[in-house]
Parts: sequence; structure tokens; C-alpha cells
Amino acid sequence: MRAARLPRGSGSMIIRRRQRAAPLDFLARLPMQLFLAAVFILLYAPILSLMAFSFNDSRRNIVWRGFTLDYYVKAWNNALLFEAFTNSLLIAVVAAIVSLILGVGLGITLWRFRFPFKGAIEGAVMLPIVAPEICVGVAMLAFFSRIGWSHDLSWPLNLTAIIIAHISFCFPFVAIMIRMRMTSLNREFEEVARDLGAGEWAVFRDVYRPHLRPALIASALIAFTLSLDDFVITFFTSGPNTLTLPVKIYSMVRFSVTPEINAASTIWIAITVIVAAIAFRIQRGSGENRNSPE
Amino acid sequence: MEGSWSRRPYLFVFCAAPPFLWLGVFFFAPIALIVAFSFGEQQNIIDIAVTGTLDNYVQAVDPLYLRILMRSVLVVGVVTVICFVIGLPMAIGIAFAPTRWKAWLLLLVILPFWTNLLIRTYALIAVLRTRGHINTVIEWLWLKLDAGLAWIGFGEIAVRFVPLPLLYNDFAVIFGLVYIHLPFMVLPLYAALENLDRALIEAGLDLGDRHPGVFYRIVLPLIRPGIYAAIAITFIPALGSFLIPDLLGGTDSQLIANVIERQFKSANDWPFGAALASLLMAVTFIAVAFRARRGGGSP
Repeated sequence: MRAARLPRGSGSMIIRRRQRAAPLDFLARLPMQLFLAAVFILLYAPILSLMAFSFNDSRRNIVWRGFTLDYYVKAWNNALLFEAFTNSLLIAVVAAIVSLILGVGLGITLWRFRFPFKGAIEGAVMLPIVAPEICVGVAMLAFFSRIGWSHDLSWPLNLTAIIIAHISFCFPFVAIMIRMRMTSLNREFEEVARDLGAGEWAVFRDVYRPHLRPALIASALIAFTLSLDDFVITFFTSGPNTLTLPVKIYSMVRFSVTPEINAASTIWIAITVIVAAIAFRIQRGSGENRNSPE
Repeated sequence: MEGSWSRRPYLFVFCAAPPFLWLGVFFFAPIALIVAFSFGEQQNIIDIAVTGTLDNYVQAVDPLYLRILMRSVLVVGVVTVICFVIGLPMAIGIAFAPTRWKAWLLLLVILPFWTNLLIRTYALIAVLRTRGHINTVIEWLWLKLDAGLAWIGFGEIAVRFVPLPLLYNDFAVIFGLVYIHLPFMVLPLYAALENLDRALIEAGLDLGDRHPGVFYRIVLPLIRPGIYAAIAITFIPALGSFLIPDLLGGTDSQLIANVIERQFKSANDWPFGAALASLLMAVTFIAVAFRARRGGGSP
């Protein structure tokens, strides 16, 4: 099947006679271009206008009245918003680190070992990814209240319940990425290392780890953004006095639409997009240097 | 490639025990607790006794809640259809695009995933509300039209501009759900089209069939598993969505997730909320299992 496939993309343009448009190059047709442009404008206009209006010198948020950074200053000086922001970053960092450790263990287990009920267990560990967030949220709420979890702990500890809930849905993602990366390992390197007397730890440190490095960084960053972006599960696990960014913004949004929210949202988008873009780059780059331990 | 766990039991336990224990304690135990609560009764404000009663499930099919369940499925069904109608041409356009365009178009589809759901919902509020962007633009056009008519001597439009009610109703919920879930629809369809053997389409065209015929007779049957995957991937998360109906919907455009939330927060009827959550989970897991069997190895 594969061999029969025609060359496509720029290569096929040379082979085919240049007509108005190649028969399958739908993108060259005007209706398709207009359609895609319309959909992308619809997708992006709300977010871009949200970002633009964070610089708008008017409380009303409708008509452009000139450029200002006032609302960024205001958001920065809003102590509650700042606290929520720090909390969310701390949660995301801790959740990413623990998810990485658990995810590497799980990824390597699934890649390397055969064990009873493996198929069922493989399915089960992916359930946190597919389970509806609302169900996980209420389950966490019920769980922490049943085991008598106190919400009145002092500062970093009052975030523990949220961190635990975040790790539960983040680390299966890490495991998937680690496992995918491990399948491209050339096992001969491992065998050579063992023949030369390397133990399990030495194999992990000198063969697996260099090979996994891009996946390790990328999956930790993905876990970080997943945690930072979560609203529903945080909403149910945070106690009445715990402030996180999504929960704070949620209460602000319910209350009113102000440019201050726009400013906080814009910073938040910037952080996630930058982190995710770095992860994406690393992940893509990792596909190229296969089988080459450093 | 894989070795048996019994050959290196210590290493296996070292790698496998922490994640398995974590999942057991911090995922499956909470889920099991919810399922247990769904067979329980609220004793007083805080205590729930698991008595094995089916009352909560009976209450779930009570006409009042059954109506919300059916409405949820209907609304999400409409959302899925709209996403499909918009998403399929998008996927076709991207899958057959020249290589240098493809990566950029895909990035444009994926990028919204990196923007927080809450922020995107908030952005939609600003667009849809009474004094929002859409109404502002329409009002502006209205006034211009008015002025234009007056200028050519037609006088004024008799009716004053009334802002369209775009927010806090079913329209807003459907609009919001389509907006958020469209990328979920496009990506699996794109993957299916990308794996399609183009020689088959070109053969169909060379043999004299036209584009619609080729689409129905060749493309559609081949990408069918991808279509099922795309529909499942759109329908399932949309059915469980809480934030969009909560912020964009009115009092009577709530979905199942909002009813669940209310039982756990304001109404404080945890066993009933747990029953609804268990039903939602059951539907989700059955759909996922069905898709995994039906779709075979396809993405």
C-alpha cells in the first residue's frame, strides 16, 4: 500500500502538469480558503480581543479608548489575585515534579514488563485521562472529606489536596509520553551496557536517561500546563480559604467583566503558551535523534 | 522486547508500585467512594450511610431529572453535529494542504488547547453579552444604516435597535460548546484523512467519478473509524462539561454536570449527585470501551 502512494506536497506539483489547481489541493480553492479563514477568525477573535482589551484605557471593555498598562499594575497590586497566582504556580511545579517521577515509573513498567492482567491494567491507568472532570472533581471532594482532610492547614500544606488531585490526572499523560519515547530506544545499547557490567541503576542513568531526556522535559512541561490550566477539579478540591488562579478568576467572572481579569488572563495565556511551545519543540526535536545515546 | 516481571521482581516493584499505589489510593478509591455513595442515604448534614438503596437511581429517572438528562444528550448531540459539519471540511482542507502550510494550520487548530478553558469561556462572555462585541457591531451597523437611509431621504428606521439576547440561553451554551470542542473533532478526522491512501482517490477521479461521488464511495467508508473516534472524542467531554453551561447558560439551560455540581455544593444531596456522576462515568467508560473495540488500532 505504502509503495503505491503517490508523492505529495511540493514534490507532486512538479510531476503533475500545472493546472489551475491540482485536483486534491483543496486549499488552493477560494471557497475553502474563505471557509478556513472564517473558522479561524471565529476561533481566535474572542481570545485576541480579550488580550487587546486588557490594554484598553476604559473600564467598560467595549470601545477602544487608548493604550494603558494600568490594569496590569492593578492586577499586580491585587493581593488576592497575586496570592492565587503564586499558589497556582506552586501547585503546578510540585504536581509536575511528582507526576514526572510516577509517570517515568509507570511508563517504564508498561514498556518493559509483562505481568498478569496487563491489558486490563493498561486500560485502567488511562481512565484518569478519559473520566469526565466533573466526576473526578466530586470524587476528590467526597474522598478528602471522608478521610477527614482538614482545610485549615497553614499555607503551603493547604494546597496538598489540590496537588494530589492534579497529580492523579497528570501522570498518566507523562507515562504515555515516556513509554512512546522508550519504544524508539535501541535495545542493543542496553545489552552492551549490561555486558560491560552495568547494573539496573547504571542502565537507567547512562542508557535510558539520555535517551529519555527530551521526553522527560517535554512531559514535565505538559504536566505543568495541565495542572495550571485545570479549573473543574481544582474548583472541587480547594477549600473555602484556598485561593488558586482559576477559582479566583471564576469568582471575578461571575461578579463582573473587568479589564483586570483580561490582564490576569493575558499573563496566564502567555505563561501556558510559552511553556507548551517549549515542550512542543523539545518533543518534535526528539523524533530526529533516534537511537543515539549521548 | 518485554521481559516477564518475575525475572526482575524487585525492579518491577520499584517501578510499578508507586504509580499503581497512587492510582489506587488517589483515583480509584475516590471513584469507588462515589459509586458507594450512590447506593447510600444522607443521614444528616454530613453523614452518609451506604445502605444499598436504589432510591438515588430511581430519582435520576424521575421526569424532572430525566428531562435534564435527555436535554443534555440532545444539546451535546446538536453540538457534535455542528462540530462535524464545520470540522470535516476543515480536516479535508488541512489534510490535503501543501506540506509547508499543514504544520501551521495544525498549530492553529491545537493552539486554543493551550488557552485555559475558563479564559476562553470568559472571552465568549465579552463577545456575546448585551453590551458585547457582536451587539456593538450590529448596533454600529444599524446606526450607519439609519444615517444612510436618512441621507438618501428615506427617513429613519422605525424600530430602535434592541440588543440580541445572545447570552444566558441555550444558544450561548451550544455556541460555547462548539467553540471549545471543535479542535477535538478536527484532529481525529485529520489523522484519518492523513492515513488515507491518496492513490485511491486519484484512481477514482481518473476513472471519471466526480468529487462528491469519490467522497461518498471511497473516502467516507475508509475514514469511518476516524469519524467514530472524532464523534466520541467530541461527544464524551462535551457531555461532562460544567463550566460553559454554568457561565454561559441561563437557569434552564443547565446540563447534567451542573446538576451534579449543585448536589455536591448548594443542595447538599451527595448520594443523588453521586448517582448522577456514576451514570455519567458509566456512559463515558462504555463509550470509550466501545470505541476501543470498534476503532481497532486507529487513533
